[in-house]
Amino acid sequence: MSSTRTLISPTQLASRRGRILYRTVLTLVVTTFTLVFLGPLYWMASNGLKSTEEFARIPPTTFPQALHPENYTSAWEVMDLSHLLLNTLWYAFGALAFQLVLDVAAAYSLSKLRPVFGKAILGMMLATLMIPATVLVVPQYLTVLDVPIFQRNLLNSPWVIWLPSVTNAFNIFLLKRFFDSVPQELLDASAIDGASQMRTLWSVVLPISRPILGVVSIFAVVGVWKDFLWPMLTLNDPTKQTLNVGIYSLASGVPENWLLAAIAMASVPTLLIFLIFQRNIMSGLTAGGLKG
Amino acid sequence: MSAPSAPTLPASTPAKSRSRRTVRRPAPDGRRPGRAGRALRRNLTAHAFLIGAVLCFAFFSWYPMVREFLLAFQKTESGQTTWVGWSNLNYVFHDPAFWQAWRNTLLFTGLALLLGFAVPFFVALLLNEMRHTRGYLRLLVYLPVMLPPVASVLIFKNLYNPEYGLFNRILETLHLPTQQWLQSTDTAMLSVVIASTWMNMGGATLIYLAALQGIPGELYEAAELDGAGLLRKIWHVTVPQTRLILSLMLLMQIIATMQVFTEPFLLTGGSGPEGSTTTVVYLIYQYAFSFNNYGGAAALGLVLLVLLAVFSAGYVRLSRAADE
Repeated sequence: MSSTRTLISPTQLASRRGRILYRTVLTLVVTTFTLVFLGPLYWMASNGLKSTEEFARIPPTTFPQALHPENYTSAWEVMDLSHLLLNTLWYAFGALAFQLVLDVAAAYSLSKLRPVFGKAILGMMLATLMIPATVLVVPQYLTVLDVPIFQRNLLNSPWVIWLPSVTNAFNIFLLKRFFDSVPQELLDASAIDGASQMRTLWSVVLPISRPILGVVSIFAVVGVWKDFLWPMLTLNDPTKQTLNVGIYSLASGVPENWLLAAIAMASVPTLLIFLIFQRNIMSGLTAGGLKG
Repeated sequence: MSAPSAPTLPASTPAKSRSRRTVRRPAPDGRRPGRAGRALRRNLTAHAFLIGAVLCFAFFSWYPMVREFLLAFQKTESGQTTWVGWSNLNYVFHDPAFWQAWRNTLLFTGLALLLGFAVPFFVALLLNEMRHTRGYLRLLVYLPVMLPPVASVLIFKNLYNPEYGLFNRILETLHLPTQQWLQSTDTAMLSVVIASTWMNMGGATLIYLAALQGIPGELYEAAELDGAGLLRKIWHVTVPQTRLILSLMLLMQIIATMQVFTEPFLLTGGSGPEGSTTTVVYLIYQYAFSFNNYGGAAALGLVLLVLLAVFSAGYVRLSRAADE
């Protein structure tokens, strides 16, 4: 980005005064940002390592005087984090699979196969973006208590996470917009070679859609990982809970330093996802539009 | 790079004459079934691709949407559902908690906009001027967005702790009066807003940053030739050039912050000292899941929905304009 011209002119920056000023501001910004954004994470991880006595000390210590990694293992065992972690993985990747299969198929159909009522269906899907999600929680909850026609109660089953996750109109919108940009000639060529629609989607369209599929997948997994209200309402059986809800419901029963150790461990997966896929996430954020 | 394009909601114009499209498309397999047969087959495949998602939407989105409206005018007592007209709405309007919840929600929205709208823009401006370490800084700002909310909230609860929390410790070293933070009616909501801004500002910052990078450099050069200083350049070049993104984000944030639930729920248990952090959505939650008054909850939801619809409509109009 060095060639881009920004607010401050290059000549101003090149001057002696400009250089000194820039260096000062840069140092200030880097220190402040590190303190503000990494500081709390350090506080979490380091306080998780303190003994209960040191944790309660006033004023608090910056560096733990003696390390107590056993807080982490105790929290892991007492709060049964492995179980909660497995639950969350199961919900998140199940939701990902459902979204990838059903939303990709739907977006492809709406973009390239253009069925009758396709536009109306798309319009109705996008209309759901206009309804505040929190308002729908109550009627959605009543629906999963007793799903119409099927007469099934989905509470405490993974379906309660997986199926509603498919109704992600924003993902369908992103996918459809990407498929719209795939040239029709490519699909025609594949059809002339005798490929079915399924085959065309699988062997021609999906391979060139990898970037958008990556973005959609990351947001799908992170969405389930971060969700709180819905899993709290619908997965109240302690053996079925997600990490978020499980830790929250056990929060008052364990010492605070264990609790910090527990949330430090619970934060690792999404932070890892972020560090590995940061490029995709950031490009998805800006290319995909305004989904804060 | 160009400015991020906003998602637009295309109008659902009725499907145009299908025959034109069928003509454009070559027969895929060389066989020549009748035109009607071909259209039918294409439609069957297309709907087969659609059916899964449509069923999910029908059960978990469209049906609940309709049900929200019905619930608001119904009452269920011992399994008997009856129509009660406006009485649910009447009931919630006469609940003193309703007005308090709205006052709190508007206070949250106001504070969150003050902080959550201005801070990310300022941070983006600053980051855009940095010639070094920009990747690292961008990473830092977005980091909290990726944390599970329970983690961020528990960290902040700890930092806010009046006895051993870090914030009071910092105030002490600066010889400033210490605060009760989440435990006082005066500062509880502000504390929630600060935590919430920390947790959520990453997305907005990165979007602004991308918008700033789309501003042509010549505009700044021209402004300098006219003798404009730093502030004038920001006011006369940066702001007008990013106005569309700024207004879209403003509407987005209004819509999002008026639905705030998780942060106050986790930080103060929802209501906070003397109900000072009870938000509208928390009140909906209480009505539905503490008082089992689904009709009242739906009525509350309806009020919120109508209010937010105004902002949503504005958003759609603006984003259409952005696309042209």
